[in-house]
Amino acid sequence: MKKAILAAIAAGLAAFAPVSVSAQVAAPAAPVVTEAPAATPAAAAPADDVAAPAAATDAAGGYTPMAPTKGKGMPTSFEEDAAKSLTFQDQYSDNGEYALWMHDVILMPVITVISLLVLGLLLYVVVRFNRRRNPVASKTTHNTLIEVVWTIVPVIILVIIAVPSITLLARQYETPPADAVTIKATGYQWYWGYTYPDHGDFEVVSNMLDEAAALKAGEPHQLAVDKRMVVPAGVPLRIQTTASDVIHAFAVPSLWFKMDAVPGRLNEKLLTIKEPGVYYGQCSELCGARHGYMPIVIEALPPAEFAAWVKEQGGSMPGEEAAAAAPAPAAEAAPEAAPAT
Amino acid sequence: MATTAEGFDIHDHGHDAHDHADHKPGFFARWFMSTNHKDIGTMYLIFAIIAGIVGGAISGIMRVELAEPGIQYLQWWAQFMGGGNDLNTALHMWNVFITAHGLIMVFFMVMPAMIGGFGNWFVPLMIGAPDMAFPRMNNVSFWLTVAGFISLLFSLFVPGGTGPGAGTGWTVYAPLSTSGSVGPAVDFAIFSLHLAGAGSILGATNFITTIFNMRAPGMTLHKMPLFVWSVLVTAFLLLLALPVLAAAITMLLTDRNFGTTFFNPAGGGDPVLYQHLFWFFGHPEVYIMILPGFGMISQIVATFSKKPVFGYLGMAYAMVAIGVVGFIVWAHHMYTVGLDVNTKMYFTAATMVIAVPTGVKIFSWIATMWGGSISFKSPMVWSMGFIFLFTVGGVTGVVLANGGIDDNLHDTYYVVAHFHYVLSMGAVFSMFAGFYYWFPKMSGRMHSELLSHLHFWTFFVGVNVIFFPQHFLGMQGMPRRYPDYAEAFTFWHQISTYGYYIMAGSMIFFFVNILYALVAGKKAEANPWGEGATTLEWTLPSPPPYHQFETLPVITDAHDYHDHRPATA
Repeated sequence: MKKAILAAIAAGLAAFAPVSVSAQVAAPAAPVVTEAPAATPAAAAPADDVAAPAAATDAAGGYTPMAPTKGKGMPTSFEEDAAKSLTFQDQYSDNGEYALWMHDVILMPVITVISLLVLGLLLYVVVRFNRRRNPVASKTTHNTLIEVVWTIVPVIILVIIAVPSITLLARQYETPPADAVTIKATGYQWYWGYTYPDHGDFEVVSNMLDEAAALKAGEPHQLAVDKRMVVPAGVPLRIQTTASDVIHAFAVPSLWFKMDAVPGRLNEKLLTIKEPGVYYGQCSELCGARHGYMPIVIEALPPAEFAAWVKEQGGSMPGEEAAAAAPAPAAEAAPEAAPAT
Repeated sequence: MATTAEGFDIHDHGHDAHDHADHKPGFFARWFMSTNHKDIGTMYLIFAIIAGIVGGAISGIMRVELAEPGIQYLQWWAQFMGGGNDLNTALHMWNVFITAHGLIMVFFMVMPAMIGGFGNWFVPLMIGAPDMAFPRMNNVSFWLTVAGFISLLFSLFVPGGTGPGAGTGWTVYAPLSTSGSVGPAVDFAIFSLHLAGAGSILGATNFITTIFNMRAPGMTLHKMPLFVWSVLVTAFLLLLALPVLAAAITMLLTDRNFGTTFFNPAGGGDPVLYQHLFWFFGHPEVYIMILPGFGMISQIVATFSKKPVFGYLGMAYAMVAIGVVGFIVWAHHMYTVGLDVNTKMYFTAATMVIAVPTGVKIFSWIATMWGGSISFKSPMVWSMGFIFLFTVGGVTGVVLANGGIDDNLHDTYYVVAHFHYVLSMGAVFSMFAGFYYWFPKMSGRMHSELLSHLHFWTFFVGVNVIFFPQHFLGMQGMPRRYPDYAEAFTFWHQISTYGYYIMAGSMIFFFVNILYALVAGKKAEANPWGEGATTLEWTLPSPPPYHQFETLPVITDAHDYHDHRPATA
């Protein structure tokens, strides 16, 4: 264990060094594909997780839950990938990529430099101005110039931070287009319900799988659910949240998405998931005893497979033309929002 | 024994003065009907240490539980506390622990120690006053706080919904705290806040009156020691913020018991309204917990650098600025409730502004040391630890201030790490610094420097091992207030728990040190810290006489704020 602790401390220090920051920035560009064909007894889970369910659908004529990809849409442990376990999950939405960029390229270097500056000054003072080296203390109590400097410089730094910060907020609050797919997530004690008002208003009730069932399905326990929130990938989604009893929060870290589900309110936010995949999240507002036992799983499918899934749930697509047009806005949305790295 | 400042005792009382100044009432009258600011301060400190042991033990229970995924010990605790054997009761127990830990540490450890303890002891001494303005009210404040603590402890043993105790979190959000928690536990927890809050409001009026009216002749506001400034600003924050909390939790009580619907949408109320009210109090509250620490650090850094505080006016008004801005940033605790975009932009900008006066303080402390002749006595090393760790906690605050970034970090362990860096390392380090600084003055005995340094280094390592990895957990998505977690989070949780053991072990040095000092410590001189200690309390013997400054010290114009001592005759 001693070794592990030392490794941890070293890793902690490394996380603070600007070097590793740039490494993190590079990470999304060249995703560390832990091409783990994770021991998935659920079968039908080849590496190409996009095509697989389609094949399954054709063969069995039914929807099979997509097998999760290790390291995608879920937390990474220190043992799997030490560097990845120190920072944010890889992002699969445009706003998430922008926010991650802002954190890695602006915030992290700034706070690292400030912390090291203060540490450096303290160490210098310890070495240079201790009683032995400097027996007679100076009587300096003022220096207007330096006081003005250490007031103005932080202001400038904060203004520099504020620009992308406000931009990020503006992007996160973009109004969903009229044809966005609406999904309403309702928090209950202690499970989620997902209704699809545009698709016949059916509800999917989603409960956590217990440990045995999660392992059997090849999914991380505490995160896996029986029925997932299935959505189309690459298409604007209008996510709405509310709750029936107490406040819950709908949160998915790999999509940089968190919105409280408040009884009597309907919160709404735009979300576009860039690619098909399984994205895990958890309730993030204390909601009583089983607060830790109502995870969220979003499964993003190619739009055609989403339509098939909707049919299987007894729902209907909002008309032939609309269904055909659905992929188009997605194609437009993708390139414009590429992060400004 | 001198009852006035050294060199100012123009009347030679001789032995008569001794008798008069040191006449103490009997045990019961002295400790249960106390009107003496030093006795009340001592009681506050002892109370805070006891509450800190309880709150710290609860965090130990939580860290041990979190060392492994799965539920290990909660069922045992649920039964121990008189609950059922089912999983829901065990999980409810977890929520009770997080609630109790938060409330105890905030209301019954940090606030009583900082304001009740050090404030009561040293504000009158530092401004040259014989006592607080309202000595009896001072006593009421203390016993209200004790009553509040008892009410909170009582709540642990009565039904609170899915099990015994209030499992609402220290924020007591409606509707979990109203329709979501049946049974009297939450009522008792709320009542505990009422009592502690009333005690604090009374204390705040007492401090404001004392500081405005009882300063020694010649001690203008701009000659006041910075610790007194910090308590003054804190007292105003308390006075303005606590009534809002009182109103909010009273509405909770009536929603719970009298059919009102302030926070119930079914009756036209709004759960988010509660959050606005709570955080209008809650954000100033975090400055209430840290500002007196700022004041203590300023005194200590100046003392051990043998240099006056750098940029005194900037330091004083930075605290005023933090206090003012602290009232207009509350909704950054609510970024994910569904705020309007403009609201969120405003709160993002306003929150970042706080970094400016905070930066002024950090740099001014360093500038105070710059050119100084620093001796690294125990209070000083704790202060330097404070400056660095508070900076680390501060910069993660700048990250969280960004509403868009907070969308991912909100209610994760990143937030837990952030506020423990500023409180469990900021506030607590400043409290230990203050404790080692003033312990000789309060007790008349010197503590062991060796033990205090050992305490510092082990505590420093311990808390960093606990909380630094929690940044990683938070960024990976580990939510707060979870008793159980996905396996991927195991490693850093384990490290964090090891850190707790180190921290808990380090407290042995603290307690042994106190015992050693009280039993065998060297007698403390009036001023054990040398020429750098320029405030009035060091002109009195250690411990100070039961009543001090019966003849007021006079601060002459020749003395500016760098030297608070009266002119030597």
